[in-house]
Amino acid sequence: MKVLVAVKRVVDYKVQIRVKSDNSGVETQNVKMSVNPPDENAIEEAVKLKEQGLANEIISVSIGDDKSQDVLRTSMAMGIDRSILVKSQNTLEPLAVAKTLKIIIDKEKPDLVLMGKQAIDDDSNQTGQILSALLNWPQGCFISNLKIENNKVFISREIDEGIENLETSLPAVLTCDLRLNTPRFASLPNIMKAKKKPLETIDIDTLGIDTSSKIKTLKVIEPPKRKAGIMVNDVKELVQKLKYEAKVI
Amino acid sequence: MSEVQREELNYDVVIVGAGPAGLSTAIKLKQLDTNLSICVLEKASEVGAHILSGNVFETKALDELIPNWKVLNSPINTSVTSEDFLFYTKTKSMKVPNLFLPNVLKNHGNYIISLSNLCKWLGEFAENLGVEIFPGFAASKLLYDNDQKVIGVQTGDMGLDKNFKPKDNYEPGINIKGKVTVLSEGCRGHLGKEVLKKFNLDSNNKSPQQYGIGFKEIWEINSENHQLGKVSHSVGWPLESDTYGGSFCYHAENNQIYLGYVIGLDYKNPYLSPYDEFQQFKTHPDIKKLLEGGKRISYGARALIEGGLQSLPQMYMPGALLIGCDAGTLNMPKIKGSHTAMKSGIIAAEVINDHINSNKELSEYESKFKNSWVYEELYKARNVKPSFQWGLIPAMIFTGLDQKIFGGKLPFTLQHKHADHESLIPAKKAKKITYPKYDGVITFDKPSSVYLSGTNHADDQPNHLLLNDKDLSTNFTIEKYDEPAQRYCPAGVYEVEFDNDLQKKVLKINSQNCIHCKTCDIKEPSQNIEWVTPEGGGGPIYSGT
Amino acid sequence: MSVLVVAEHDNKNLKSSTLNTISAAKKLSEDIHLLILGNKIEDLAKSSKSIQLVKKVIICDHEKLENQIPELSSPIISNLAENYSHILAPSSTFGKNLLPRVSALLDITQISDIIGIESQDTFIRPIYAGNAISYVQTDQKINLMTVRPTSFEKCEETGGDAAVENISFIDSEVKTTFVSREVSKSDRPELGNARVVVSGGRGLENSDNFKLLYDLADKLNAAVGASRAAVDSGYIGNEYQVGQTGKMVAPELYIAVGISGAIQHLAGMKESKVIVAINKDLEAPIFNIADYGLSSDLFQAIPEIIKELDLLNQIES
Ligand SMILES: Cc1cc2nc3c(=O)[nH]c(=O)nc-3n(C[C@H](O)[C@H](O)[C@H](O)COP(=O)(O)OP(=O)(O)OC[C@H]3O[C@@H](n4cnc5c(N)ncnc54)[C@H](O)[C@@H]3O)c2cc1C
Ligand SMILES: Cc1cc2nc3c(=O)[nH]c(=O)nc-3n(C[C@H](O)[C@H](O)[C@H](O)COP(=O)(O)OP(=O)(O)OC[C@H]3O[C@@H](n4cnc5c(N)ncnc54)[C@H](O)[C@@H]3O)c2cc1C
Ligand code: SF4
Repeated sequence: MKVLVAVKRVVDYKVQIRVKSDNSGVETQNVKMSVNPPDENAIEEAVKLKEQGLANEIISVSIGDDKSQDVLRTSMAMGIDRSILVKSQNTLEPLAVAKTLKIIIDKEKPDLVLMGKQAIDDDSNQTGQILSALLNWPQGCFISNLKIENNKVFISREIDEGIENLETSLPAVLTCDLRLNTPRFASLPNIMKAKKKPLETIDIDTLGIDTSSKIKTLKVIEPPKRKAGIMVNDVKELVQKLKYEAKVI
Repeated sequence: MSEVQREELNYDVVIVGAGPAGLSTAIKLKQLDTNLSICVLEKASEVGAHILSGNVFETKALDELIPNWKVLNSPINTSVTSEDFLFYTKTKSMKVPNLFLPNVLKNHGNYIISLSNLCKWLGEFAENLGVEIFPGFAASKLLYDNDQKVIGVQTGDMGLDKNFKPKDNYEPGINIKGKVTVLSEGCRGHLGKEVLKKFNLDSNNKSPQQYGIGFKEIWEINSENHQLGKVSHSVGWPLESDTYGGSFCYHAENNQIYLGYVIGLDYKNPYLSPYDEFQQFKTHPDIKKLLEGGKRISYGARALIEGGLQSLPQMYMPGALLIGCDAGTLNMPKIKGSHTAMKSGIIAAEVINDHINSNKELSEYESKFKNSWVYEELYKARNVKPSFQWGLIPAMIFTGLDQKIFGGKLPFTLQHKHADHESLIPAKKAKKITYPKYDGVITFDKPSSVYLSGTNHADDQPNHLLLNDKDLSTNFTIEKYDEPAQRYCPAGVYEVEFDNDLQKKVLKINSQNCIHCKTCDIKEPSQNIEWVTPEGGGGPIYSGT
Repeated sequence: MSVLVVAEHDNKNLKSSTLNTISAAKKLSEDIHLLILGNKIEDLAKSSKSIQLVKKVIICDHEKLENQIPELSSPIISNLAENYSHILAPSSTFGKNLLPRVSALLDITQISDIIGIESQDTFIRPIYAGNAISYVQTDQKINLMTVRPTSFEKCEETGGDAAVENISFIDSEVKTTFVSREVSKSDRPELGNARVVVSGGRGLENSDNFKLLYDLADKLNAAVGASRAAVDSGYIGNEYQVGQTGKMVAPELYIAVGISGAIQHLAGMKESKVIVAINKDLEAPIFNIADYGLSSDLFQAIPEIIKELDLLNQIES
């Protein structure tokens, strides 16, 4: 089995997000960047499948500028065999990302695609679903458990009500929840080895897809600050307000 | 844990810490001999992420290391255009005429930079030369051979839980060996501390080492208030005249100012809170006006090493060198240590190259250092800090004479009297200090500040702030000094809590908050707190600040 | 033009997220159609008819739609799409799972998780986990959007009489089969999606006192949360921590008891609809963001609240 993992480079989750003073977006200059957290779960799962002997080749793909090589190297330090960088100066919308991935997938022919459930920058939560529809492959979103047996795929999905268990088959597109596993640390010797693993670069313009933005960002602002409400005098007043004013109990 | 199998890597040179010192050594070594294999370990998640500094930068060392830095897209853009030195009272400020300012306080020709960004740039420069840099890996232990020679370091274990039990993602640290190990951890490095003791490196010093704590906030201010390239320093209010310290304010690019405060850690009153002195300082009418309508975008703190020449230890030992602020090369009157750290790193590279390629001894470091401009600079500056034991005004007069008339060449050397942890007086005898409440506009509580430092540590990991005697606070420090850790720690790591079960006050350690400033390791009156490296990658994120 | 709302339901009842989404749709059009895809949903169709804002209920009733496999439902939606200017679904795991597939089938970029509607083509959505708010505009011929339920009021379920239209099921070959659903069934709702959360901080002093909070939580059918200080001092397990390094919650009602309101705690709960703070220190920062503040000793206040709630219940029954 061949597994393909999609990886995105995003502002590190520990960095305090700062909206630019001209409201054109979020400050990303000189800001620490990392692998999108749930993508790490996808990488970890792929590496596990290889360790279990279920996968024989695991590759990672990222779409972004030259710096996205970092996250691909990280994925290889965690155990991915080789990587593909689809070079694009512009940030793509999920639909264009999925179309790009589809072209790579048509060429690489993996049996399983693993990705994070959501990128923590634009929080779209779409790409895996779109990709699965474009490929006409089964979709399994927000998975927190995965078992593969003779081409059968058993997944548990994190849904609002609890957990949903599905059975499906390969090839498939699965998006990973943080609960799926604990991503390993890249060890220092593996980081060194990763520097020598193959990393292929493809220019997105050569793929012939429409990468133009369909959605225009007019402005980005800081979330409005919550304001202080009122002080109540006693418990009685509090309970009355909650019942009849706020109507939450 | 001893039975853990550890991988081993071998290099010619292992450098601990990717600050200005360590990176200069790495770059210079590659320039001298491209065949040398060099590895740099950095505990921060990326190079520069733990570098907190003013910074007004003197390019002297960089000019030597990378003469064409100006055409290499370096993050050094803002020349100092004007400067002033102020004396503050609670409501007023007096400008000290430039004429009276000693040369060390003049910054013409210097640049206002982000040292964090410069380190990132130096890191990339080094990598392009073939240096291997590993951010996210702390050197946690030194390795010695049977003759007690340093032969390398061990990186920290990753993925241990708080009881040292391996978690799912456990990854044991590895041994990294080198013909020479360079310790460039910056002020109060924990391996540096170990070698100082083990090899008695400070036995010849006349003075105990001295430290300060430095704070820095970055504010984006109204463009009307912003004067690109302006440098201001102040002394006086809110500090009492027996406390050594003062402020800095540098007008950098993008309408930002770097606003900071440095306080000597030899302060005496256990009720003094360096953090709150800095917060209070911002309420001075001058500063308040400057910040009006502005927005704070970052916060950090870091200890500085201030002892200067009379506290400088021997910088070589079997198998290793101790350089930069890890040794103590900062020029205190200038509050500048970047260029001296870099120069000490360049010298280290020359000595190491001679050692590896021409069999010369590492002890050559001593004479090379003595013959360099760093030594001369530190020699001239040596009497400034100790003169402050006489109080602010006499010290300023003395410094004026010493620096302006005698050019630092007075025929005597003043000594530092005490180590910083010895300076506190008992709480009973001290004056309680009440600081004003935070207004949430100009002054902020510690959690809000720590939030802006971006610090974090994976929560289920061994505590990295070790207590030699875990009950000492309960049995002694709380009573005698009203536990000063609550106040000197700039990140709210230490809290005193009433333990209902023990029916006693106990010290609680929120190690997740730690911003790696090292103040506790320095100031704890009984030297009871030992800072060791947490899991690599943890700590603040000062990138871009 | 008309707006289509895709209903989230369990084949018997609409989920309340659907009602919030209908309210959002109201800002776009008077002609709201509700699409219900499910199995044995005659009753559900009948009850949905009476939602005042809905003009038409469109039903696709088929046994294969029992478990809402998105591979099956998405083509049915895309087939209807050309009649609508906007297609909305709640941004719950249901909507997130489904609508992007429609986006793929229609070749239209979806806008996720909107929290506000500025105009027919301009929408507000949080990015970077709510740390920034983005205003976006699109000129696509159909607007596909998932809607954050908590950002819009629930619409009334009565007062209307919508037309009902049955559409036929379009079969697609699907390789996925439903196995089971494990609905979390603890005595208390799960912290992550409880309607009410009661959280305790260092003010509770020890784990025994946390029993007080459990009692209160039981009265309100609430989940229990905690500050890091409470977790670190061992009053409660770390899976209960709310905040920057704990869980993010956004319930309708969040009651912070003996919590000072450090920014790291606020990071995990400031999206709550109504915040109540109980703290004996009038200066505590939590009061700066609370809708209702009670400056009082919690050991006195909590038992009193429990008593008041009992009284209320008595009056009601
Ligand atoms: C508030 C403040 C203002 C200052 N202003 C100025 C100024 O205006 N001009 C000026 O020239 N200087 C200034 N300085 C001083 C200057 O920052 C230091 O002198 C300089 O950074 C020292 O360089 P270094 O390389 O020795 O150490 P550092 O810069 O401290 O670098 C040490 C590096 O080693 C890493 N490290 C430490 N221990 C380990 C370990 N065990 N394993 C792995 N990595 C480790 C650290 O994370 C860090 O990245 C200021 C300092 C402060 C605190
Ligand atoms: C990297 C990092 C991550 C963090 N992550 C989190 C996180 O995820 N979640 C989190 O909560 N914190 C987090 N913190 C910690 C945070 O900064 C605060 O320390 C913590 O939230 C304080 O908890 P507290 O409010 O319970 O305690 P305190 O701040 O001590 O407040 C206790 C409050 O109880 C009140 N009180 C005491 N007794 C009574 C009484 N009898 N009746 C009424 N009121 C009383 C007091 O007035 C006080 O306001 C993090 C910090 C850092 C640095
Ligand atoms: S715990 Fe020590 S090193 Fe960490 S921030 Fe506090 S004083 Fe600094």
